[in-house]
Amino acid sequence: MNFINTDKLQEIWFTIKQNKLRTFFTAFGVSWGIFMLVVMLGAGKGLHNGVSTGMGDMATNSMFMWGNRTTVPFKGFPRGRWVRFENEDTKALKDQLPEIEYIAPRLQVFAAQGQNNVVRKERTAAYSIQGDYPAYNKIDPSNILQGRFINDNDIKDKRKVVVIGVRVLEEMFDKDEDPIGEHIKIRGVYFRVVGVCSSKKNDQQAEQENQQIFMPFSTMQSTYNMGNRVGWYSITAKEGFSASVLLEKAKAVMKNRHSIAPEDGRAIGSFNVEEEYLKMARLFTGINGLIWIVGIGTLFAGVIGVSNIMLIIVKERTKEIGVQRALGATPWQIRKQIIIESVLLTSVSGYIGLVGGVGLLELINYALTTFGANSDMFAHPEVDFEKAVTALIILVISGAVAGLIPANRAVSIKPIDALRDE
Amino acid sequence: MISLKNINKSYSIGSNKLHVLKGINLGIEKGELVSIMGSSGSGKSTMLNILGMLDNYDMGEYYLDGKLIQNLSEKKAALYRNEMLGFVFQSFNLISFKNAMENVALPLYYQKVSRKKRNILAMEYLDKMGLKEWAMHMPNELSGGQKQRLAIARALIAQPKVILADEPTGALDTATSYEVMKILKEINDDGITIILVTHESDIAAMTNRIIRLKDGVIEKNIYNGDLQEFRSQNLLNENEIKKIHETLV
Repeated sequence: MNFINTDKLQEIWFTIKQNKLRTFFTAFGVSWGIFMLVVMLGAGKGLHNGVSTGMGDMATNSMFMWGNRTTVPFKGFPRGRWVRFENEDTKALKDQLPEIEYIAPRLQVFAAQGQNNVVRKERTAAYSIQGDYPAYNKIDPSNILQGRFINDNDIKDKRKVVVIGVRVLEEMFDKDEDPIGEHIKIRGVYFRVVGVCSSKKNDQQAEQENQQIFMPFSTMQSTYNMGNRVGWYSITAKEGFSASVLLEKAKAVMKNRHSIAPEDGRAIGSFNVEEEYLKMARLFTGINGLIWIVGIGTLFAGVIGVSNIMLIIVKERTKEIGVQRALGATPWQIRKQIIIESVLLTSVSGYIGLVGGVGLLELINYALTTFGANSDMFAHPEVDFEKAVTALIILVISGAVAGLIPANRAVSIKPIDALRDE
Repeated sequence: MISLKNINKSYSIGSNKLHVLKGINLGIEKGELVSIMGSSGSGKSTMLNILGMLDNYDMGEYYLDGKLIQNLSEKKAALYRNEMLGFVFQSFNLISFKNAMENVALPLYYQKVSRKKRNILAMEYLDKMGLKEWAMHMPNELSGGQKQRLAIARALIAQPKVILADEPTGALDTATSYEVMKILKEINDDGITIILVTHESDIAAMTNRIIRLKDGVIEKNIYNGDLQEFRSQNLLNENEIKKIHETLV
């Protein structure tokens, strides 16, 4: 026999029709529960999407390290001395710390107070100029739209080539103009454009990165009289090694090389992406946990409503159940009927809530995308299929559980008492 | 067909214990048409409920068709009820959201007979009860007599060995009552044992045997042939008996 058949549906339809308003309110409780769960999950995901796009594809096990002024006198040096990293430091770090995956020494020429530093034909503008190794595009990658990023030969031959951000392309070149092979003048020196890149991040950060110009690290050192200076390091740890531990080791190496007191905590500045990332991951785990607790709680309230109504339905139909049992309905057949009714009620109303929730998220997503309102705090709210299915499974199970108590109540009454019930 | 040996049953109401059946001994043969009479509180409904496996008893033995009916699980009781018994109630107890045909077919639904097959059978029984053209009507569109005929068709469809009727004419007027009794007699003629509870003596008089209960024991066992004795007890007057014979003929 089929689990659900015409006779069962007829009976369920009858009970629903008997009291439409009551059924509606009961169903609404469940719909609202699942609706809230879905919308909150979507919002949580939106928050997550927003914040994680804010980080682009930056390696989560990376960190940055730069020199500050010393704060503790050491080995005869006074405090307040500038710490300057040099090319030899790069070699030392590589040699002494085998857990380093990529190390990218970096330099930057800032656009000093809006002073234009880039010229092409009649156009001038101010951009930040980065001196980089190829490894940098592995640590904090951007999309290469045209051409290529800086390569090892550029470094070795100190080639005068640049990779420009997409905003630079828009401002310094005509529409439909091919920038590859063209020249631009940066602080009086001509460079050949070999690539165009765009940021993988969003908002201001993306805007900033799209206004960058990358040139080979070695070219920048020699062209702009920087000797063997290194501005700062961008480093990633090999898989299985902690970036935080590596950072401490790298600092120790630098302190040793630059005669900095081991207890001087401020002589070398650093930013640990891994730590920030873990903080954020913990935050999202917390938010997600909260969402599930609140969502399941709301859903649970709805399910209790169903259970209550089913109890009332059973009570109202006590006599009918008695007649059915006198005619030979087994307790299991009676139970099954009530449980199916409960499951049907919860899953149909839950499904409506699910569709409503997903619909609302889609609407918000559409609105955000249309009006370009996706930000680094909130972007693309969505509920993945897996979670939706999980929610539906929870619904069916909770429907069955909600029906269990009323079903047992229905068969716990002796048929004779049920028949006597008026 | 039915054998009761020293059946005892008591209900506890609060701290008091109400001894309803005080040792019932009774044998009913296959094909009998028996009525159980008695004033309210005499235990007649309780006895019918025990016979119908709707209620259990405290002491004694109850055999139905050679099977001992004692401490049955609900599942087993449901199975026996479905296979061996047909119920007719005073208040009809039809399922309000099922039409006449579906109501009749209900016992077969619990036997897991296919919908098509049980509807065909239901139509047959409706036809026998003269309700064929009412098959698609809902119970609330039928008259009292029609409802009871429908209930009888429902009791018959699973081909039970015994039909238990609890005041089958209690909610009907005299003419309809006699009509229902006539149907019951016809069914009885086909060899189905019928036990009915009534407090109307004219209805009881149409049965082959009257069991009078009083205070939880069988007071009298009157056979149809002994109607003379029945009359001598002034339970029926001459006119009533005459009328009964007219209807039966």
